[in-house]
Amino acid sequence: MIQLDYVDRARSPQTLPVICMHCDSPTCAEVCPADAIKRTEDGVVQTARKPRCVACNNCVLACPFGVPKMNTRMNLMMKCDMCYDRTSVGLKPMCASVCPSQALAFGTREEMARLRPKASPVNTFQFGAQTIKTKVNVMVPLEAQDEVLDVTAAMYVSTIGRDLLDDIFAEGEAS
Amino acid sequence: MSHSGHVGNDAVGRSSIPPDRGPVEAQPRWRRDFPVDLSEDDYVSRRDLVKFVVLTSAAFVVGQAWIVFKSTVARVKASYPRQAIAGVDDLPVGGAKTFTYPTGSTPRLLVRTGESSFVAYDQQCTHLQCPVVPAIEHGKLHCPCHNGWFDLHTGAPLAGPPSRALPRVLLEVSDDQVYATGVEESAS
Repeated sequence: MIQLDYVDRARSPQTLPVICMHCDSPTCAEVCPADAIKRTEDGVVQTARKPRCVACNNCVLACPFGVPKMNTRMNLMMKCDMCYDRTSVGLKPMCASVCPSQALAFGTREEMARLRPKASPVNTFQFGAQTIKTKVNVMVPLEAQDEVLDVTAAMYVSTIGRDLLDDIFAEGEAS
Repeated sequence: MSHSGHVGNDAVGRSSIPPDRGPVEAQPRWRRDFPVDLSEDDYVSRRDLVKFVVLTSAAFVVGQAWIVFKSTVARVKASYPRQAIAGVDDLPVGGAKTFTYPTGSTPRLLVRTGESSFVAYDQQCTHLQCPVVPAIEHGKLHCPCHNGWFDLHTGAPLAGPPSRALPRVLLEVSDDQVYATGVEESAS
């Protein structure tokens, strides 16, 4: 399933697909009370299994990347599973294969590092006390020299789009 | 259930790592009952079990109904080249004659039950292959081995050990000749 989010809906029609990061310790699966979210052997976190999902929204609330979405009409959580039916047989995911301008591209970590010589792939994230390694990498500028992306710290840095979330957590500690 | 050998900091994509990233041995026992990885997930949900039980039972019921249908209603008809067996006047009413049809078959029994009505059955009793003898005055066929009885007009078993009808030879009467055209028997 391709879940699209608007970058800045008021000002731009630009969207971006919410892709699953495929964590080594998937929080969505950890919090699932119905045992519905499973990882395959190659580390791809699957969408909720339909016979088990009880539509409790735990995963939607728990995922640090905000990936799972509740389909209230079907009472089923649906999320990006890297188009497992396609990628497991060597095809590219649907979003990347249909993008006409190659704004969305799918490739290995090495291919991406070659395409972006000024950036390095990072796949370790820090959410407070929780460290998560993901299969999906994020390209970080080389000069930043980040080994770990501290997401909770980045919450206080203003975004490139319009700041919808006013700094409700900032109580003197914001930088 | 062993996670050992899969867990390490670079084990992305092999086995799920606990949220505290601690060793597997230090994890509470309940974590083993709720594995994240599909390969370790052998939990059968109640819904799956109920579905399996209901569908399997339904399959048995359908199978039983199919067996009942096959053994009572279904008939297999085989057509062979038409073959003259006897002239109509060769047999008196109530007379009987054996023949083979198709050539090389087990003996068949032709009975003239009326002026222009004939019936023909396989002569082997469906119980243990003893030859049946006509008991035309009773409207039956009799197997003397174990005292089995068949209806003369349908071939259905009436009494005794046999439980299946005698295979019936399909007949056609024309030009004062009796022809066999096929064999019809129970499908079971």
